Amino acid sequence: MIKAKIKVTLKMSILDPQGSAVEKALRSMDYPVDSVRIGKYMEVVLPEEARENAESVINEICHKLLSNPVIEDYSFELED
Amino acid sequence: MKIGIVRFPGSNCEVDCLEAWRVVGESPVMLWHKETSVKGFDLIVLPGGFSYGDYLRTGAIARFSPIMEDVIHFAQNGGLVLGICNGFQMLTECGLLPGALLRNEGLHFVCGPQYLKVERNDLPYTNYYNQGDLIQIPVNHGEGNYTIADEGLKELEANNQVVFRYVTSNGEVNESGNPNGSINNIAGIVNKEGNVLGMMPHPERVVEEIIGGTDGKGMFISILKDWERRMKHGA
Repeated sequence: MIKAKIKVTLKMSILDPQGSAVEKALRSMDYPVDSVRIGKYMEVVLPEEARENAESVINEICHKLLSNPVIEDYSFELED
Repeated sequence: MKIGIVRFPGSNCEVDCLEAWRVVGESPVMLWHKETSVKGFDLIVLPGGFSYGDYLRTGAIARFSPIMEDVIHFAQNGGLVLGICNGFQMLTECGLLPGALLRNEGLHFVCGPQYLKVERNDLPYTNYYNQGDLIQIPVNHGEGNYTIADEGLKELEANNQVVFRYVTSNGEVNESGNPNGSINNIAGIVNKEGNVLGMMPHPERVVEEIIGGTDGKGMFISILKDWERRMKHGA
């Protein structure tokens, strides 16, 4: 099997209301925080026979479903 | 008029939509999301709710429900598609409408009456209103913060695609009239062709005095009148 570790984050140009709220909370706790952005982490496990096309398959599913390209970016690592 | 209302797992406004149509004398058909054809319909309504529990992103999973392929095809061929709340989120997810809906600014779920300004009345959806009308339609959402990249926003405004804007009780377009942080106070938009409309507020909830108002009824009357006019002219 092959595991994809996928991160989906809001594009930098998009305001992140959750990140802003957490940022304010951390500042109110006296931590010297510049900014906070919140994203999603997903693990997708593919069967062994998908190894050859794993990268293109993960790209495709990230583009089609796991992220919304209008507002989000994604990145991933493949792991055995 | 043959109207189809699509019910997804987690939809919760489909019966309100059905009742709103009954108020203006129509009897829509409820379509399960696993159906694969919308052939023969004059209007498809994507109702509000929390399809698939809003998992991943609002509307993101519903957008891949079996019926959506034909809904997209229907819309691309000029069919009327109305997306309300979660339906609007689905329409942006599938690319029939530009932009996206984010978490509300301030993270609050908003639920209550909201003033809107009608920006256009030359659409099948709004011909019963006057341009500039101030109407009160409830909002009920956690992710209605409309956003779009600068260029897309310019295009949207230049093409006059903004149909409804959030305003104050005096009709002013400003921050205090904006419940969720939407860019340019956008509450509802239409595609360039004018046949696909998405809006966060719920017109189906204000169609009878007994349930708090009738400002939303105009949308249902508009659609019906537009259809009747087209039938009369054999379109």
